[in-house]
Amino acid sequence: MKITCPWCGERGEEEFIHGGPSNVERPADEKNSDDEISDAQWAEYLFMRENIKGVSCERWGHIHGCGQWFNMVRDSVSHQIHFIYKMGEQPPEGWEDVNE
Amino acid sequence: MQRYSVMSLARNALSHHEGWQQAWRSPDPKPEYDAIIVGGGGHGLATAYYLAKEHGITNVAVVEAGWIGGGNTGRNTTVVRSNYLFPESAAFYDFSLKLFENMSRDLNFNIMLRQAGMLMLMHSRHDAEVMRRNINAMHMNGVDAEWIDTDEIIGMAPGINCNPDARHPIVGGILQKRGGVARHDGVAWAYARAADALGVDIIQQCAVTGFDIKDGRVQGVQTSRGNIKAKKVAIAVAGHSSVLADMAGFRLPVTSMALQACVTEPLKPVFDVVIMSAATGVYISQSDKGEMVIGGGLDLYPSYAQRGNIGTLEQIVAGILDLFPGLSRVKLMRQWAGIVDIVHDSTPILGHTPVDGIYINCGFGTGGFKATSGGGWTLAYTVANDRPHKMNEAFTLKRFETGAFIDEMGAAGISH
Repeated sequence: MKITCPWCGERGEEEFIHGGPSNVERPADEKNSDDEISDAQWAEYLFMRENIKGVSCERWGHIHGCGQWFNMVRDSVSHQIHFIYKMGEQPPEGWEDVNE
Repeated sequence: MQRYSVMSLARNALSHHEGWQQAWRSPDPKPEYDAIIVGGGGHGLATAYYLAKEHGITNVAVVEAGWIGGGNTGRNTTVVRSNYLFPESAAFYDFSLKLFENMSRDLNFNIMLRQAGMLMLMHSRHDAEVMRRNINAMHMNGVDAEWIDTDEIIGMAPGINCNPDARHPIVGGILQKRGGVARHDGVAWAYARAADALGVDIIQQCAVTGFDIKDGRVQGVQTSRGNIKAKKVAIAVAGHSSVLADMAGFRLPVTSMALQACVTEPLKPVFDVVIMSAATGVYISQSDKGEMVIGGGLDLYPSYAQRGNIGTLEQIVAGILDLFPGLSRVKLMRQWAGIVDIVHDSTPILGHTPVDGIYINCGFGTGGFKATSGGGWTLAYTVANDRPHKMNEAFTLKRFETGAFIDEMGAAGISH
């Protein structure tokens, strides 16, 4: 599989690392300090995963290249990469329906 | 059930083997069962068998989307062993191994268990120090293990590269003599046949599409062959656990990854032990047919594709050739992958879920086959009594909240 790093271009998949889902939000924020978050909430955040069969947004790192992280919309069954977008950006609209 | 024996073989030979019965029925699903097992792999079938045998719950259905034993049960490398570090793991996996040791007799089916030993290779002084500690831990846990030096390794595995100048020189190994291999398909068929004989309905080509849940309690399952009622549902679907959990409305700390294996063309008998090398990330055994059965580490990223990645396969083959340079001209005959359910601490999840009446067996990752018996036994106990057995009480989902992990990967260096 070839992966197109937004900074370096197309490279072999061996240069990259999968970094988990893109949309996991830390439960603690300005309103809730770490102490106010229950163990169950931390467990949800740290360990529980959608582990989607099909298309989902993932973080990937070009660890054996430029070292930058980016996002990818990928199908976990066909391994097809639909979109790649930079950190901080939103996935393109309609990304969930790419297989339809 | 028609008993298998030398006598029955001889008797059926006289009638040109036309008198053998079907090993199990293929019934249509009934409207309601006392318990439904989702997943007709080894773990699911074992759960049904022990529910019927140990707990007298025989009004049970096993529903399987494909065919029994067609997932990871038929895709693993058939290794059984119990060389774990922590007491919880050692107790559970050694119990599983003991069930394997008596399985052919218990189920009246030859599972072709070959306890020729499980040899873990050490490649450095540091490996050796850690593994000497592991041997002591295994002895404390009542599991057999012994130190093997290089000369003994050469005797056990002719052709192994014990050259001190090798890329990964071999300095010794741990041998668990009770480890070995068993026929994986045979294990699934044996449990299916024995469960069927006790009244369990094995329903193949029947995919679960949803759960009927009322007030947080399961009422039944929706399947491609209609709705089936049951107050208790056990899920044993390995890599697809998250998909089933999503249907029931909860999440799991599981990531599905592809794990590959491959076999070479058959060779004359070379060695009978299973050889594992953590440093090269591979393991190898020789099947009864003579094929070299080769396994390695996980593919690089989450996947539900039962194919496997060429880059990982290349690394596995390189690791094997490092250990056995003489195999370089042997052809690979088949390669495949199964989807395994990886959890953070390489310890299974066996017990209750957030939905009342739904129980789960998952998280075995790359090491599920050896636990087929124990996984089924403890899940059956949990379903029957609505509480975990002492052997699986540390394996619940609760540990992700409390932090009481059993981090076998870090501790034992087992390639999970």
